[in-house]
Amino acid sequence: MENHLLSIVTFLPVFGALVIALIPKEKLDIIRWGTAAITGLQLILAIWILKIFDFSSAEVQLVEHFAWIPDFNIEYFLGIDGLSAPMVLLTALLSFLAVFTSWNIEKAQKGYFALFLLLDAGMMGVFTSLDFFLFYIFWEVMLLPMYFLIGIWGGPQREYAAIKFFLYTLFGSVLLLLGMLALYFISEPHTFNMLILAEQSSQFGKALLLGMNAGKVIFVLLFVGFAIKVPIFPFHTWLPLAHVEAPTAISVILAGVLLKMGTYGFLRISFPVLKDAALWFALPLAILGLINVIYGAMAALAQRDLKKMVAYSSVSHMGFVLLGMAALTPAGMNGAVFQMFNHGTISAMLFMLVGVVYDRAHHRDIDGFGGIAKVVPIYAGVTALAFFAGLGLPGFSGFISEALCFIGAFPVFTWITIFATIGIVLNAGYFLWAYQRVFMGELNSKYEQLEEINNRELFALIPLAIITFFLGVYPTPMLNLMSATLNNLVEVVKSAGMVAGL
Amino acid sequence: MNLNQIMTDLSYFIPELILTGVLLLVILFDLFQKAETSIRSGYLAMGGLALVTLSLLGQDVSISRGIFTNMLAVDGFGNFLKVLVSVGAILVMWISFNSNELKNRRVGEYYVLILTLVLGMYFLVSATHLLSIYISLEMVSIMSYLLSGYLKEEMRSNEASIKYVVFGAFSSGILLYGFSLLYGLTGSADIYEIQAALAAGTASPALMMLILIMVLVGFGYKIAAVPFHFWTPDVYEGAPAPITAFLSVAPKAAGFAIIIRFFNVALSSAGNPNLEAWSTLENMNWQAVIGVLSILSMTVGNVIALQQSNVKRMLAYSSIAHAGYMLLGVVVADQTGIAAVLYYAAVYMLMNLGAFFVAIHVKNAFDTEDIEDYKALGYRAPVLGVIMAIFMFSLTGLPPTGGFVAKFYIFRSLIEYGDMYFWLALIGLINGVISLYYYMRVVKAMYFTKIELQENVHHAPVNITILLSALALPLLFAWMFGDPLSAYAQNAVQFFIK
Repeated sequence: MENHLLSIVTFLPVFGALVIALIPKEKLDIIRWGTAAITGLQLILAIWILKIFDFSSAEVQLVEHFAWIPDFNIEYFLGIDGLSAPMVLLTALLSFLAVFTSWNIEKAQKGYFALFLLLDAGMMGVFTSLDFFLFYIFWEVMLLPMYFLIGIWGGPQREYAAIKFFLYTLFGSVLLLLGMLALYFISEPHTFNMLILAEQSSQFGKALLLGMNAGKVIFVLLFVGFAIKVPIFPFHTWLPLAHVEAPTAISVILAGVLLKMGTYGFLRISFPVLKDAALWFALPLAILGLINVIYGAMAALAQRDLKKMVAYSSVSHMGFVLLGMAALTPAGMNGAVFQMFNHGTISAMLFMLVGVVYDRAHHRDIDGFGGIAKVVPIYAGVTALAFFAGLGLPGFSGFISEALCFIGAFPVFTWITIFATIGIVLNAGYFLWAYQRVFMGELNSKYEQLEEINNRELFALIPLAIITFFLGVYPTPMLNLMSATLNNLVEVVKSAGMVAGL
Repeated sequence: MNLNQIMTDLSYFIPELILTGVLLLVILFDLFQKAETSIRSGYLAMGGLALVTLSLLGQDVSISRGIFTNMLAVDGFGNFLKVLVSVGAILVMWISFNSNELKNRRVGEYYVLILTLVLGMYFLVSATHLLSIYISLEMVSIMSYLLSGYLKEEMRSNEASIKYVVFGAFSSGILLYGFSLLYGLTGSADIYEIQAALAAGTASPALMMLILIMVLVGFGYKIAAVPFHFWTPDVYEGAPAPITAFLSVAPKAAGFAIIIRFFNVALSSAGNPNLEAWSTLENMNWQAVIGVLSILSMTVGNVIALQQSNVKRMLAYSSIAHAGYMLLGVVVADQTGIAAVLYYAAVYMLMNLGAFFVAIHVKNAFDTEDIEDYKALGYRAPVLGVIMAIFMFSLTGLPPTGGFVAKFYIFRSLIEYGDMYFWLALIGLINGVISLYYYMRVVKAMYFTKIELQENVHHAPVNITILLSALALPLLFAWMFGDPLSAYAQNAVQFFIK
């Protein structure tokens, strides 16, 4: 079926940014509602895409494919499968909801919303492109709006946070570029087409680069590029800073979507294209996943700043994703991608909730509150729900995906999995301890007049809460959406290993 | 050489003849102008140069030729660079009309000097004989000395000029010495004959290395590669800003042209730079030497640029780093590598002229060159801010700008060789990350500082805005639609082969 749905869903925000740029900056309401309308339309399109998406097929669908720069065999190639479809939905959903979280941005709103839309387009492009060059362009283009969004609208240390974020990710990107070019020149005929690259997988295992197995060298290059985004320990130091300094909506996008791009990169490019190297790197990846889980949770436990705690909880939660996908079993793989989606919705809720209290109290010191559940019961209730979802309580989606990761990883990396379960306990520890210090106990007299969460804020939170709850009870639709593609991915990577005798 | 031959050769020399005519006309015209109206000579020069550029574009270079007994070559490669420097000169004249530094003085000769410099570069990019190489190099250099000292009553400008002369004279002396060795060794000054003699002969590697280094000193100084760069910051800071902008792109591009032509013809095993499989002379691995120069230029240029607080000095050091990136393409030195260098030179011209022009305008309007004083420029002068940000992103090499595509082509040509140049590419790319820091300092100053001062929004004059947009928009969009410039550059890699 020939249509341009994916192009529309990707470039709609670019169009929106141009429109926003033309609106006079005094017309604040038009700017806000305009942005909401555009992201809302994008969300409707994303849902519609899922409606016409064939769940049973592992093939890429809604393909748009034509030559772009023929000299270098660069193609404009869009398409989605069971791996990217949940990410497209997540991006559209969080972009839409984050607009409402951005309602109170105080200065230069026009620039903010225009950049926000560009960021949206960049993220969407990463998840829809199937040409590595195009993917790389979107991957990089996203950095520019992010840099400004943190640097202009961020907290006190925003300048440092913005440049640190930019330098880290650009460093990762250049390694990505090297790896991409190496893949291009080893493939025959030279191509950036990810599907053809995947078919030529065995080439990369045979070729030599720097006197070593080209597949492994390229895998490591891509690994660093993606790992910085995830972020995998020890490349994570940009993250707490960027999260803390970024405005709430941008933290939501950072945690909800940007981090997923790293693991998405592994599953979209590294695994299918460099199958042998993926098997070779599975154990280190699982160990890094374990470190992420434990280190992230311990660091979260030690935080006094609520937002920093949530930021480190992301590091921990992304560790489960790594563990699940390193296992290369159907359960682990499905769990990993499901966890990507769930972490997107749950961390978005958490950051929004931190934003709510910060807007009122103007600080985020966990010990600086106390007993506020009495004053703001609804807020306390929603936070409790989000915290429980975050710590992986049964009944919430996070539980299912973490359990799947463990089930998938256990037969392969038994000891690592056992140690990783400690992370669950630690997760429960910091969430509950923080909850106790903020909401329970003696009411801090400073906050007797604390304002309750308002409808606009609830409007952004409730859909996420419903999704989290719904998928926790009935995860089948989401698992159906991705299982065909992911099971196929596991199979092709494994079978490559058998051929290679691993 | 009979008269017929001369007449035929002259017919391939028409753009140069027109330019000479324009040059003389402007000198004559200027005689009848008063100081206040001498800017009209500038308009005339610009119009004339536009005419020359058109004639260059119309020139048939489908067949490459040697003219005047192979003193000069008329080929696609030279033609591309002639167009490039002409366009650069036109843009620089345009900004010169608006420069405060050049207000209230007689400027006729300023434009004449620019035209002469352009003529010198025409010769330099097509020279195929040691004599023509040396003479055109001197022609370019002397005009550059004069122009950088044009603000006669300013100490800085005088200092710039004298430093430039001293460094220049020293390096061209060494170059000349290298040439004389080469001539003594081969008995010829024609680069094709030199190649034949070198390929047949068995000169000692030590002697060859000596020659290589001497020649590199002379050429390296022209492109400001480390370690021949010491003149750059002072000259760039002291010269009139439009001239600094011009020096950082046009003579640099011409310097690259002569490096490519000289090395790929005279010091290659085949004397044919159009070959895909390329090799240097057996006893002279100049690719490795240029690789080292490239690493030095990128790294030193970038690291020193990190510490600059003056925009012009920052751009000066960054131009050293960019010379390093372009040298990477010279290392590869095959069809794709040379095309990548040409492409880079063109894109670099757009973005670097653009950045300098913004700096010039900021100096005119706000009287400062300090990066810190760009504070909140993005709010005080929104259009200027956005355009400057585009130039900064492009200079860093971030998508979706042309700067990224230019770097992509360079690195693509390197990686094509797999192992050989992989490390070079890695070092080059990491240098790109380093440069992000100082380019972003400008962006940071423009946007991240609080907007307390709500003075009137500054609008640049219409002609400046048009000029800057003409530089910025192609950077943003041109490559997305089939990249015509890339096709042009690849087409242009046609050398005259004897």
